[in-house]
This record gives sequence, C-alpha cells and structure tokens, in this order.
Amino acid sequence: MNQWTNFTKGFVKDNPVFVLLLGLCPTLAVTSSAINGLGMGLATTFVLVCSNIVVTMIKSYIPDKVRIPSFIVIIASFVTIVELVMQAYVPALFATLGIFIPLIVVNCLVLGRAEGFASKQSLLSSLVDGLGMGFGFTFALTLLGAVREMLGNGSIFDVKFTTGDAILIFILQPGAFIVLGYLIALINKLRTSS
Amino acid sequence: MEYFAIIIGAIFVSNIVLAQFLGICPFLGVSGKVSTSVGMSGAVLFVMTLATLVTWLIYVYVLVPLGITFLQTISFILVIASLVQMVEIILKKISPPLYQALGIFLPLITTNCAVLGVALLTQSKNYDLLQGLVFAIANAIGFALAMILFAGLREHLNLMQVPKGMRGVPIALVTAGILAMAFMGFAGIV
Repeated sequence: MNQWTNFTKGFVKDNPVFVLLLGLCPTLAVTSSAINGLGMGLATTFVLVCSNIVVTMIKSYIPDKVRIPSFIVIIASFVTIVELVMQAYVPALFATLGIFIPLIVVNCLVLGRAEGFASKQSLLSSLVDGLGMGFGFTFALTLLGAVREMLGNGSIFDVKFTTGDAILIFILQPGAFIVLGYLIALINKLRTSS
Repeated sequence: MEYFAIIIGAIFVSNIVLAQFLGICPFLGVSGKVSTSVGMSGAVLFVMTLATLVTWLIYVYVLVPLGITFLQTISFILVIASLVQMVEIILKKISPPLYQALGIFLPLITTNCAVLGVALLTQSKNYDLLQGLVFAIANAIGFALAMILFAGLREHLNLMQVPKGMRGVPIALVTAGILAMAFMGFAGIV
C-alpha cells in the first residue's frame, strides 16, 4: 500500500472517532477543552505507535493462541510509561485527564490496530499506520474539544474571544454526546455528498 | 449512611455511563434491544463485582507490600482478562443456562473500560473492601439503569422518521445527551 494513503486514511476516510467509532470513552470524557483533547490524543498516539512497532517486531514469536493477552501486556507497558512521564512533567494535565490515562489500555482503537494491522504488516507500514491513526484520533479529539470549548466557555485553547455568557451545557456531560452526534452527522453528510 | 451515599452517588449522581463516560462501547453497541441490554448488564454486574474484589486484594496484599503500585494498570488488566476467561470456562461447566444467557457478552467485557475503571476508581477513592464491593455493585446497577433506559428509547427511535444524515449513531448520541441531561437533575442530592 502507498504509504501516503496509509498515513492519510486516519484523518477522514477511516477516522477512528467519526467513522470507525472506536475509543469513544476518552473522546467524550476529556474533550471539555481543546487542549485536553490534544493532550489525550497525543498520549494515545504515543502508545499506538510504540505498541504497533513492538507488535510487528515480535509477531512471529508470539503463539497465535495467546496473542491478544500478549498485545495487552505490550500496550499496558507503554501506558504505564506514559502515566509516569505525564505525572512527572505535566502534572496539571495528568490530573485533568485522570483515570482516562490508565484507561488507554482498554481503548479498542489501540488493540484494534495491533490485532488488525500491525500483526500482519511490515514495520514501516505499521509505524505509518500508528502515526496516521493516532493523528486522526488527535484531530478528532481536538476538533470536538474546540467546538465544545467555543460553545461552552467562549474560548479556544484557553484564549477568550467573548466576554458574554457561554452555553455552559456544552462543556458538561450532555454536551459531549450532543456535539459528537452532530459532528458525526455533519461528517456523514460531507462523505455522502462528495 | 455512608454506604447509602456510595450507592446513590454511583447509580444516579455520577452515573458511570452518563456522567463518567465509562463503558460507552457496550452502551452504544448492544443497546439495540432491551433483552440484549439486560443480558449485557447481568454480565457486567457479575464481572465488575468479581474484578473489584480480586484487584482490591491484589493491590493491598501484593502491590503495596512489594512497593510496586506503579504496576497497577498492567496487573489489573491482566487480572481482569484472565478472570473473564475463567468465568467463561466455569460458567460453561457448572451453569449452562447462565452461560447461554451471558456467554456472548463475556468476551466483550475485557475491553469494557467500565470494569477496569471501577477497579481503578476504588483504589483512588481509598475504599476498604466492603465499600469497594458496594461501590462496584452500585456502579453495575447504574450501568444497567442507563443501558436499559437507553435501549428502550432506541427501540422507539427505530419507528421514528429521522433525517437521513442523523440516522443510526448520530441520533443515538443526541438521545444519550438528553438522557445525560435528565441525570444531571440528580446532582447535589448526596
């Protein structure tokens, strides 16, 4: 497969959030602002790329029957690294994202790519796939976070652009479901008309 | 009173699905029919209680004495994954009817973040064993409540004329948003 199409498929065509509907728990939970969405997206990208690389490198040594548990151990190791690094260097972001950092382990996107892609493809393809899917996920989370922050707080990346009241409901829990629902509808519309 | 606060808090005030966003995949994935959502909720109740019990014991008697609490994530997920496998094998042997009812949902539960989430939350809230178990059961009931309500709504949605672009997942998410808004009404009661 052409590496460029492999890389770009994660953004629109096979976007993990808007099209494949994978990893919706962190998507809904942490996107109350654009910066939180970006942080969560990058943490997941790191885990995704590293676990894809390791899975392709050792795929021929893993017996088929225990492959899923082995993948989970690989993913969990990288998640632990992310947890410790974030706790040390970005404690504020770590506190906001809270339980959703350890929960990257059970993000079906990461396991899905390891099982469905990295365990079958070459090292380069898996690396590119991890990066593409990771950035697609980051893009979706940042977009959702930005829309919610603009509507709910009147700011974008913590920069206020209005002094008036904002629609608070959008940064509360119901707003996450509603904004994601309408964004998916919009993307469906764009995909069918193009 | 303390247990009452944990129960009401977990079921209504910070509902695991609608307020904490854990277990969204089964919430959207298997909520097409009320009957399947009841089956899924039963399986979650079973595994969540058992997983919280086992991970609590492991945390307090293995990880803390050895000073390796940073391995919490990795050990919890392994315990949950093997627990689910074991439950599946044991149920198949001792209670075929229960296995028939819960069987297909069990493999899906390993990647249900609600189970790992509740195990981690129990630790971060410093609950003792009994509080942890009450918390796990209450969360499972909260999951069941959200799931069955939502499945009932979706059964009705199927009969409605929904605009083309909104069909399927988008309208389901907006409905979930309105349900979450209703649950916000419980805020502040404990």
